[in-house]
Amino acid sequence: MALDQIVDGLSEVSCDVLVIGGGTAGPMAALKAKLKNPKANVVLLEKANVKRSGAISMGMDGLNNAVIPGYATPEQYTKEITIANDGIVDQKAVYKYAQNCYKIVEELDSFGIRFLKNENGDYAVKKVHHIGSYVLPMPNGETVKKALYRQLRRARILISNRYMATRLLKSSDGRIAGAIGVNTRTAEMLVIKAKAVILCMGAAGRLGLPTSGYMFGTYENAANSGDGYSMAYHAGAALANLECYQINPLIKDYNGPACAYVAGPFGAFTANNEGSRFIECDYWSGQMMLEFYNELLSGKGPVFLQLKHLHPDTISEIESTLHKVERPTRGLFQQGRGVDYRNDSIEMHISEIGFCSGHSASGVFVDDNARTTVPGLYAAGDMASVPHNYMLGAFTNGAVAGIDAMEFADSHDFAEFDAADVARERDRVLAPTKREDGIPPNQVEYKTRRLVNDYLQPPKVTRKYELGMRRLAETRQDMQEHMIARNAHELLRALEVQSIMDCADMAVHASLYREESRWGLYHWRTDFPEKDNENWFCHTLLSKQNGRMTSEKRAVEPYVVPIADDEKDLYDKQRIRATA
Amino acid sequence: MPLASYQTSVPVVVDDAKCIADKGCTVCVDVCPLDVLRISDMTNKAYMAYDECWYCMPCEADCPTGAVTVNIPYLLR
Repeated sequence: MALDQIVDGLSEVSCDVLVIGGGTAGPMAALKAKLKNPKANVVLLEKANVKRSGAISMGMDGLNNAVIPGYATPEQYTKEITIANDGIVDQKAVYKYAQNCYKIVEELDSFGIRFLKNENGDYAVKKVHHIGSYVLPMPNGETVKKALYRQLRRARILISNRYMATRLLKSSDGRIAGAIGVNTRTAEMLVIKAKAVILCMGAAGRLGLPTSGYMFGTYENAANSGDGYSMAYHAGAALANLECYQINPLIKDYNGPACAYVAGPFGAFTANNEGSRFIECDYWSGQMMLEFYNELLSGKGPVFLQLKHLHPDTISEIESTLHKVERPTRGLFQQGRGVDYRNDSIEMHISEIGFCSGHSASGVFVDDNARTTVPGLYAAGDMASVPHNYMLGAFTNGAVAGIDAMEFADSHDFAEFDAADVARERDRVLAPTKREDGIPPNQVEYKTRRLVNDYLQPPKVTRKYELGMRRLAETRQDMQEHMIARNAHELLRALEVQSIMDCADMAVHASLYREESRWGLYHWRTDFPEKDNENWFCHTLLSKQNGRMTSEKRAVEPYVVPIADDEKDLYDKQRIRATA
Repeated sequence: MPLASYQTSVPVVVDDAKCIADKGCTVCVDVCPLDVLRISDMTNKAYMAYDECWYCMPCEADCPTGAVTVNIPYLLR
């Protein structure tokens, strides 16, 4: 039978631990769960193919947040991330990450993933952050996925590719019971009963629309349509600080990293049209992004990554990394534009908005054991709320989630779910395939994401948000009543649009709730332009309560690593001050 | 509402002379994160069926015969 033809079918399987998402955190979570209890069944469900899925599909050029003994301490890292994230951090999870990540680096090294070492055999850590040094280049970073996949095969993890999870199943007492998914090439439904479920489904990276108009020309892997955020929401889990958007400084139009983390340590820097530096530090923070935004609007834009002043050998070294790993089509793009790093600077721009804790702090709320607020449900990686956790955070917290989830599975039996929930979900999923006539998913998606750009992109204006909310509601109605899918592939896109719509609604709700400005550009509200520590030094948790989107405050846990008063605003001082 | 088809130049190009999909190879179709490649019923060769490309390159990197070329999508070229 031809691919994409819709097949009627529903099967049921069960496992001890179900990991959803086979990018970065997912494979590590599955591996650690299986090693914790080799007799248990661990299923890794993936919308694409684990061999090449997720943010690190083509590898990664380096670790951006490695706490390597001799270069940095867990205390120092925890302090830096707390300051970079404007103080709204439960430090316990960050500190635990900082303590554990070196072991994970060594483990990855044992998998055959090499990291840059100096002539003494020590890790060659570079400085990119404002205060400490945590960046560790990966000269053979293109091998990451292959190395991980080998480990998964060896541990006999059951891998199910091309299944998109759509909803979580719970018991009447609120415990996780499994998940429902759909085959992306046949539309056959699958129910997976599980004692514990780990969500590792990446960022909500297809939320804003790239200005090129190409819907899949996103910074994040375009498969990361925010399905995990949407599923967690509908399961009643809390989501933290969604108003702290991800907005990144990227190569204009290409929409990938330029990448200052790679080139900066060699002497490259972000410059304005006059060739001058205007930010102190290239580390991605909301405060830095605000200065970037201001510079673009000041008449001193465009903004460039400048490396033509470097030695030709250095440029070649940077070039070979940028054009080989993570986003290798960067080379092709620059070639097409006639840009040679030896003579030309790289034009940069601001990305569209998204949710991603990997770079900012918007994610499903988790504690230091990667537990969400739903018993038996875990989250790790870009979609979990541990801030600024990048690839190494996904690996490290994925490991934490895998171990804790297996402990949970070992001490619990399967929870019972209501068969009516499965029937209801099947009807919801397949609804676009039952209509003869209507609007195709790509048009619903374009419209939704164009509204996100028009009304939600910071600076956040209350009146614009209210209008955006109304227009999104109208589009949601079209989506629910008129969207059609003529084959299984279109159904995949139709389901992704529903995740995108949920994320857009959550972005509006969370942003209107926090009545202050914080995190630089990420949450700059023109109607509340000041930071208000008296009323808003807290997390915001968004969740579905009695069927309605609700937000509430949650106190920041007492710090493990104290921050002195004169250190708190270090990241607010990003702009280079003119000196006489 | 009636639907019309929409012309678009796709970024992934397959050299039919090198492609061995007719011998049973499905590597590029298997690895694509966006699942946009298919094997043609008419030619039995791989082709880009959906213009939803992240220009990420696994299809080109993993193709055993070097038949696949990823170009930058025209809109952002």
